[in-house]
Amino acid sequence: MTFHPRTTLRSPLVAASIIAVFALLTACGSDDQDKTATEVVTLVTHESFALSDDVLAQFTADTGYRIEILAAGDAGTMLNQSILTAGDPLGDVIFGVDSTFLSRALDAELTVPHQSPLLAQIPDSFQLDKSNRLLPVDVGDVCLNFDVQWFTDAAIEPPTNLADLTRATYKDLLVVQNPATSSPGLAFALATIAEFGTDGDYDWLDYWAELSDNGVKIQPGWSEAYYTDFTLYGGDRPIVVSYATSPPAEVYFADPRPESAPSAVVEASCYRQHEFVGVLAGTDNPEGARAFVDFLLSVTAQQDIPWNMFVFPVNELAEVPAEFSEHSLVPSNPLSVPSQDIEANRESWIQQWSETAIG
Amino acid sequence: MKPVAAGFLRLGRTATLAIVGIPVIFLASFFVFPVGTIMWRGFSHDGGFDMSTTIDVLTSHRWWRVAWFTTWQAVVSTVATLAVGIPIAGVLARYDVPASRLVRALTTVPFVMPTIVIATAFIAVFDSLGPVGDALKNSAAAVILAHVYLNLAVVIRALADPWSRLDHSVEEAARTLGMGAIRTVMTVTLPRLRLAIGAAAAIVFLFTFTSFGIVLFLGGPTRTTLEVETYIQTTSYLQLDVASVLALTQISIVVATLATQRLLTNRAATAQQMAAPAKLRRPISGPRDVGLVLATVGAATVVLLAPMFVLVWRSVRLDGAFTLSNYARLWDTSTVMLATPAEAIWNSFSIAVVAMLLALTIGTLATIGVAYGEGWIASILDTALMVPLGTSAATLGFGFLIALDEPPLDLRTSAALVPIAHALIGIPFVMRLLVPTVRSIDPKLRETALLLGQSRLQVWIRVDAPVVKRALFAAAGFAFAVSLGEFGATAFIARPDRPTIPTAIMRYLGRPGPTNVGQAMAMATILMVVTTVAVAAIETNRVNNTGDF
Repeated sequence: MTFHPRTTLRSPLVAASIIAVFALLTACGSDDQDKTATEVVTLVTHESFALSDDVLAQFTADTGYRIEILAAGDAGTMLNQSILTAGDPLGDVIFGVDSTFLSRALDAELTVPHQSPLLAQIPDSFQLDKSNRLLPVDVGDVCLNFDVQWFTDAAIEPPTNLADLTRATYKDLLVVQNPATSSPGLAFALATIAEFGTDGDYDWLDYWAELSDNGVKIQPGWSEAYYTDFTLYGGDRPIVVSYATSPPAEVYFADPRPESAPSAVVEASCYRQHEFVGVLAGTDNPEGARAFVDFLLSVTAQQDIPWNMFVFPVNELAEVPAEFSEHSLVPSNPLSVPSQDIEANRESWIQQWSETAIG
Repeated sequence: MKPVAAGFLRLGRTATLAIVGIPVIFLASFFVFPVGTIMWRGFSHDGGFDMSTTIDVLTSHRWWRVAWFTTWQAVVSTVATLAVGIPIAGVLARYDVPASRLVRALTTVPFVMPTIVIATAFIAVFDSLGPVGDALKNSAAAVILAHVYLNLAVVIRALADPWSRLDHSVEEAARTLGMGAIRTVMTVTLPRLRLAIGAAAAIVFLFTFTSFGIVLFLGGPTRTTLEVETYIQTTSYLQLDVASVLALTQISIVVATLATQRLLTNRAATAQQMAAPAKLRRPISGPRDVGLVLATVGAATVVLLAPMFVLVWRSVRLDGAFTLSNYARLWDTSTVMLATPAEAIWNSFSIAVVAMLLALTIGTLATIGVAYGEGWIASILDTALMVPLGTSAATLGFGFLIALDEPPLDLRTSAALVPIAHALIGIPFVMRLLVPTVRSIDPKLRETALLLGQSRLQVWIRVDAPVVKRALFAAAGFAFAVSLGEFGATAFIARPDRPTIPTAIMRYLGRPGPTNVGQAMAMATILMVVTTVAVAAIETNRVNNTGDF
């Protein structure tokens, strides 16, 4: 073919190339198409999901179903994606709807009820959705962490409750995350709502105004606060909003592993987060979906959860690794805010928080 | 305002339509359709069209403040990047700078790094600067500095090549007539590079306009951009109506800016007498030359390398001692991720190759349509292909999900979406490097060749092709690098068992523990090496071809 003056590209040729491109693209898509056949159970989850390969293989060996995992963004992103695709879901099972989003997920009728026999092994207090459309799968706590060595060196007592942080002793020592962009940040803001309330002489916003005066530092996300500002990683803030399981993680992900955790948790600051699992409405494999939900609630999967996701199992028969109780604690009386209240006020609370804490 | 090259290949209406058909269909399928679907979801209400949210948003002081900050910081960042980048590009173009290829490859490294890694390195630098550093923390100045650092590569790579091909005799005449060196550059050289400068400015503007991490991490909690707000409204509040208004505002500003840029830079044809660069590069001789090179390229290299050394250093440290264990662990499965870091490296590499080929194919077809074709279709396509770069990743990610759910485009869970999304972002780079190159070819060269009895195809092969080929290799390097570094859209569509390097780095940085940071730093180091080597390799090809004409 030459570009002689009168030669123009022939449109059939172009049409053929366009068809070829599309054939290629749809071919790429169709290998996933085949996998929606009944032998596969597709799990829709968030980016923090993890389970050991051999545990997932165990499920396949037991039931014949293969697991395909789809994850997009954080818990909020995942849930909103699922709401947008309701009725024509991306998969069969949803894992990781958290308690701050529970009522949004229930209102959207994202999942169908499943009376799992395993619920008998899960305490009633974790079964927040009595209709069993979303079943409890793990619990974790967002807590203030502090650098043990720093407080020893400074000869200061670490804080023991939220109110302490407004004292001059703890000026410029705390770093938190913005609740608009961070899930632990939102949990910590909710902890202050649970502790101080939204009305009365001294409410949560009064508390945040005092924290602000006392030099609280605000970061957009957990990584920035923890790895930039926390004294454990070279920053200048010895108190950070993190998880109850961060101290054991500090031991586990160290080389060599220390005898004791370099950080510890302020028990009275802990906010309880629950995660739920459910069978997606509109799944073309309801049987496989139910089988996988049951498996996730079983002792095998539940015991695999702590080291993979650093949260605690809900099944009473599951054993928690010794390192978890050794280096951390399960708060006896964690703070919480009802899911409906969060759903109704999320945006206005975050707005009010921004106006008070950031100005 | 007819482009010089227009009509040279005599592409008629049919041929133009045919050549631009593929880019148009690609853009329509993977951008207009998904983004249109998600925005329609936002605007429509019970089947009808509801303007009340639009009015609420557009009359809200808060949104105007966000839009204003987004725009002005992008404009200032763009101007600052040009101011820093132009002298460096000039020196690289005019002097035989040792290891200049390596320097150019290195400039692309910050460009592909996850912003949190760059931001962390910046904060470390601020910490070492005393009161000046303290003043910079949480400031708009920090945002602009980081934007200059990240986007320097765009200016250098878009300008160094055309600059090196400028016929130097005009400048020499000006100097002979007594004009100072700086004035010569300002009044003689830069106006001739207007097309390339405009193209670089457009890219830098789009990048900084949609800035997400840098503004969040370095700008402090009071500063956000439209991109950040669209993300929060979409992923956290599921307020699609507000998100759609914001996304549309963002796209409108992008289109308006691109139109202005075209008006400013395309006013006159800027065809140039070209010469082979090798003959024009001067050896560095005398203290003045050395000083000039050190003040530009030398300084830039030091500034570029400093944060990279910080990352390399951190990647070989654990518990205060030297170690290679962070690298040894890259092949290990761990509980942090469903794949090993080594698999993530392989994923990134293969995705980048596919995305690069896709972007080059579509970008080249579109360039042929735009630069040799005629009429309004070409100009619309030229701008339209830039818009994905200025669109919120959240809008695009959610759009893919709800629009691409039916055959023949049932791609919601397909692995093919990642390279497609990366190509959408790579195409603007291909276009902005190719279109000005083609337009700036001196028509006299072609006329002479035609007069010598050569056919139009022969003329194209002899005159256009060598120049286009060089720009094509530069574009390939960029498309590859853009894909390696892309995080925003990837986070929405990458599958957890197929992470890319940036998503893997973010996974490791999302877990407490020293070995997790160590591995994140090791992967960041590998990302730097892969980028430098790949871009330098693509460049080598390009440089070897310079002797063609």
